[in-house]
Amino acid sequence: MSMISYFLSDYNYSPMNTSLIFDVKRYAINDGPGIRITIFLKGCPLSCKWCHNPESISSNIQKLYNNSKCIGCEQCANACEQDACTLTPNGIVTDPELCVLCGKCAEVCPTKATEMSGEEMTVGHIMKLIKKETLLMDQSEGGVTFSGGEPLLHHEFLNEILDECIKEEIHTCIDTTGFTKKDILLKVASKANYFLYDLKHMDSDIHKEFTGVPNEKILENLKALAEIGTKMNIRIPLIKGVNDDDTNIHKSAKFISELDGESKKVNILPYHSIAIKKYEKLGQYYNPGTMDVPDEIRLQQVLNIFEEYGISAIVGG
Amino acid sequence: MQSIKEITGKTENNTVAEREAKAQGNFYKPLEEKSIGPGMNERIQRLRKLSFDAEPSISIERALHQTEFYNNNYGKHSIPVLRALTFLDHCKRKTLYLGDDELIVGERGPSPKAVPTFPELTCHSVEDLHVLNTRDQQRYSVAQKDIDTYEKEVIPYWEGRTQRERIFSHVPEEWSRAYEAGLFTEFMEQRAPGHTVLDGKIYKKGMLDFKKDIKAHLDRLDYLNDEEATDKAEELKAMDISCDAAIIFAERHADLAEEMAKVEKDSKRKEELLKIAEVCRWVPANAPRNLWEAVQMYWFVHLGTITELNGWDAMNPGHFDQHLTPFYEKEIEVGDITRDEAKELISCIWIKINNQTAPPKVGITAKESGTYNDFTNINIGGLKSDGSDGTSEVSFIMLEVVEGLHLLQPGTSVHISQKTPNRFLNSSSKVIRQGHGYPSVFNPETYIMEMVSMGKTLTDAREGGCSGCIEVGAFGKEAFLLTGYLNVPKIFEVTLNNGIDPVTGKVAGIETGDPRKFNTYQELYDAFLKQLNFVVDQKIRVSNYIDRMFAKYAPAPFLSVVIDDCISKGRDYYNGGPRYNTNYIQCTGLATVTDSLSTLKKHVFEDGSMSMDRILTAISNNFEGDEIMRQTIVNRTPFFGNDDDYADSIALQVYDDLLEAIDGKPNTKGESFHLNMLSTTCHIYFGKVMGATPNGRLAQKSISDGTSPSHGCDVNGPSAVIRSLTKLDHTRSGGTLLNQRFLPSLLKRDEDVEKLGKLIRSYFTMGGHHIQFNIVDTATLKAAQKNPEDYKDLLVRMAGYSDYFNDMNEDLQQEVIDRTENESF
Repeated sequence: MSMISYFLSDYNYSPMNTSLIFDVKRYAINDGPGIRITIFLKGCPLSCKWCHNPESISSNIQKLYNNSKCIGCEQCANACEQDACTLTPNGIVTDPELCVLCGKCAEVCPTKATEMSGEEMTVGHIMKLIKKETLLMDQSEGGVTFSGGEPLLHHEFLNEILDECIKEEIHTCIDTTGFTKKDILLKVASKANYFLYDLKHMDSDIHKEFTGVPNEKILENLKALAEIGTKMNIRIPLIKGVNDDDTNIHKSAKFISELDGESKKVNILPYHSIAIKKYEKLGQYYNPGTMDVPDEIRLQQVLNIFEEYGISAIVGG
Repeated sequence: MQSIKEITGKTENNTVAEREAKAQGNFYKPLEEKSIGPGMNERIQRLRKLSFDAEPSISIERALHQTEFYNNNYGKHSIPVLRALTFLDHCKRKTLYLGDDELIVGERGPSPKAVPTFPELTCHSVEDLHVLNTRDQQRYSVAQKDIDTYEKEVIPYWEGRTQRERIFSHVPEEWSRAYEAGLFTEFMEQRAPGHTVLDGKIYKKGMLDFKKDIKAHLDRLDYLNDEEATDKAEELKAMDISCDAAIIFAERHADLAEEMAKVEKDSKRKEELLKIAEVCRWVPANAPRNLWEAVQMYWFVHLGTITELNGWDAMNPGHFDQHLTPFYEKEIEVGDITRDEAKELISCIWIKINNQTAPPKVGITAKESGTYNDFTNINIGGLKSDGSDGTSEVSFIMLEVVEGLHLLQPGTSVHISQKTPNRFLNSSSKVIRQGHGYPSVFNPETYIMEMVSMGKTLTDAREGGCSGCIEVGAFGKEAFLLTGYLNVPKIFEVTLNNGIDPVTGKVAGIETGDPRKFNTYQELYDAFLKQLNFVVDQKIRVSNYIDRMFAKYAPAPFLSVVIDDCISKGRDYYNGGPRYNTNYIQCTGLATVTDSLSTLKKHVFEDGSMSMDRILTAISNNFEGDEIMRQTIVNRTPFFGNDDDYADSIALQVYDDLLEAIDGKPNTKGESFHLNMLSTTCHIYFGKVMGATPNGRLAQKSISDGTSPSHGCDVNGPSAVIRSLTKLDHTRSGGTLLNQRFLPSLLKRDEDVEKLGKLIRSYFTMGGHHIQFNIVDTATLKAAQKNPEDYKDLLVRMAGYSDYFNDMNEDLQQEVIDRTENESF
């Protein structure tokens, strides 16, 4: 993540509470109201099989390697004090037993074929970054979105940033799986302006099969969040062969329609397989299994079901 | 185990290209499906098709008339009167065109897209004409018999007498060396000075009124005390003759329409022809009384100015919506016209402008610029001269016409002030979303400030706007002459080679020291400044000479009639007649220079990780054998456009020093030179004449354009780009240029369109001058390269204007493809 530190090099902030950030996206137009800057925090309690940010799951720094950018210069191998990097006919291979994730290989890589994912950043750093977007946020009634991974894994850090944003009158949005302790969620909700809340499957067993965790806590937390009147969009990743069946859609729509407070907006995010390359970079194998892209007709049917429950659902966003 | 590559059959590199355009939510549709947009009636569809399908050709008629007239009359009259009489003679004799369906009439040539030549400025050789007739791109067909006639009757007379020859026979050696090395171009070696835009005067005054004004000033001349009185008299007489020429030209169209009406069987068309005759009898002699006459009035004036000479950027109606609004509102109120009829008339003139293909250059290398576009740029929206919002229903009609016709010409720009309603901004963004590359978007608050700071009155500045690409001027009152592009990166290249052009090995500038011996970044930068100032001075010296040549040998009396204060001063447009007279030098490649300086500053002078010798050796070898270093530079150097102060402060310094070198240098009219940051397509030609640069750019590759970041180097998205750009004070220049390429997926929903509007508002609040968008994905561009027939009307934004992707040469196409594609997550 040298890109981030690179445009922060001029900031002089005393270290405070830090967190591991794996990406920052400016001009984000699909992460909440207006134009936003999205901060991606690393680490997630879920491990969804369709995850399109696989580097977001681990809470540790990780090494990413992009074979197609590698020019085989071996600068990394020469820089590695552990002798963990070796050039092979398939590009650089890193021995996980020897690698200590020091990042020296990434520092010297001329093409950024090797990069480290995850950079410790302070609240001060992130605030400086957010404030660069002030005018755009003001003009568009946008703000900052904390995404992940699961941002609530970093709730102490998050609360500190949210306090700063309140001081600066910056609109905040939390993009969450909802898999956390209720009091943690409610405390964050008392400071944040908006939530993007993921709903993946209504059947706890299937939820566990595909995400690694059961869904009871998630559903309960969503109810609790609605009870206190939190403004939110509910986001449903729609995966053919996993959660696009009528039963699940009806159950999801019914559940959402029964939530307290104003009618919830639903964003349907159709599954795509663009993330394959990212798995490759992590040296992981991506198995799409039964997962597939829902077609246009199915998308429309799903939207119609939501409409039956009086819920306004749109594709994307 | 099966690898991921084997499963998908794709690598990251080709997934982008292979994604279907449609899957990207692309709005571009090939010709068959959507040759014309919604809301266009059948007449307009037919006229559009005719215009779209017409092949550009050369008409030698004007050259023959010109030559014959000069042959018989040169020496009998003063030059201004000779020019006016030549114009009158051509208006009396030229072949008229009045096509089926037409409501607005008149062509520069004998038919749509038939382009005359201007041998008095620059005379095409037989070889030129053959090349034009046979080249693959930007072809102009010329009949062999016309080439033979040209060889016999036109070429012999003009040999040694053209404006171009006058210029090139008098330039100093230093200038020639710099020019041949490609350090700058010279606009006026091929065409007359132009950038002429009209204000509202022709909607209030006819040619007969102008004749009265002219007479009054003639009568008032003081031959006893005013040493210029005789010259003024000649100029005023010339203006008077050219008013007659325009009236006669219109009357001939009226006669023709009446003749045609006599034999017309269709009663509706007969009625239209009689109406055309009535309109042409009234304008341009008198001030227009209704919308039809107002549009025809403009068209006659437009045709007159582009027939008299071939000034750069043709002619431009300026704030056309504001000019037409009073007529439209008056007629709508009394029920004399419907909204659809108004839209039809406006569509007619749009098509007329499209029929006027740019005059081709001579000594064709096809390198410097390649487009049929003649850069008429209609301003929509913006502010009125009293400072109030200029948006009206006519503005919306024009947006519909732009979207519906999607033709190459005219270019259109929308002007978004703080007072512009969101509805207009969003409607404009929706047209931008169609991906034709227009309208471009301008910030009146910034350009008004630019003009006021150059000495215009607030009212005149507010009545101004943009012409051509991004340059601004006080409409109807200013000659703002663009004199040529400055290849700033090449000046830096010559500095790195101590005054030698490394591409040719010849001397191009002055000795500023061997960079290998420089101990500090400042020494390097100072050497660059010295070189810069030397080159700029060469450029200005010859520009001033050319200005005088035009004032003496190629005055433009008709143009002078319609630009204040030529009549009251008794002076020609080219001789300081206008109220304001500005010369511009257009600077290109800010990002290439900035990124190159940043590379040397960081890696050589600060980190010491690379030696100057290693970098200079590498660039002289086009980085062959040192790809590791090139990659390190490209990936590990702060580059302009990423909201990084390290690079942006260098850009700021370069910008300041360009201003220092150019701004305020005197021109020949008691006023001064200014700069704007504009490249049109010249950054591609400039790249061609250069070796590799320290920023990792390879030899012959395009340099950056006006003020956009280097290709593919803006990696932090559009909000970082606009922040970098607005660290420059745009109000100190005469315009900056920012190109952004967005994927169609970023503009799928109406909500996204509104967000684009907010991005524009933000950029303008921060002081940005101009922004333009290409909404097209790489997949579509590559598909269009492969199957040009399927993408005949794919328009893309170049730098300041749109062009058909298919009409662009491979270098230009690649340049568009290489631009950073902003993709939503």
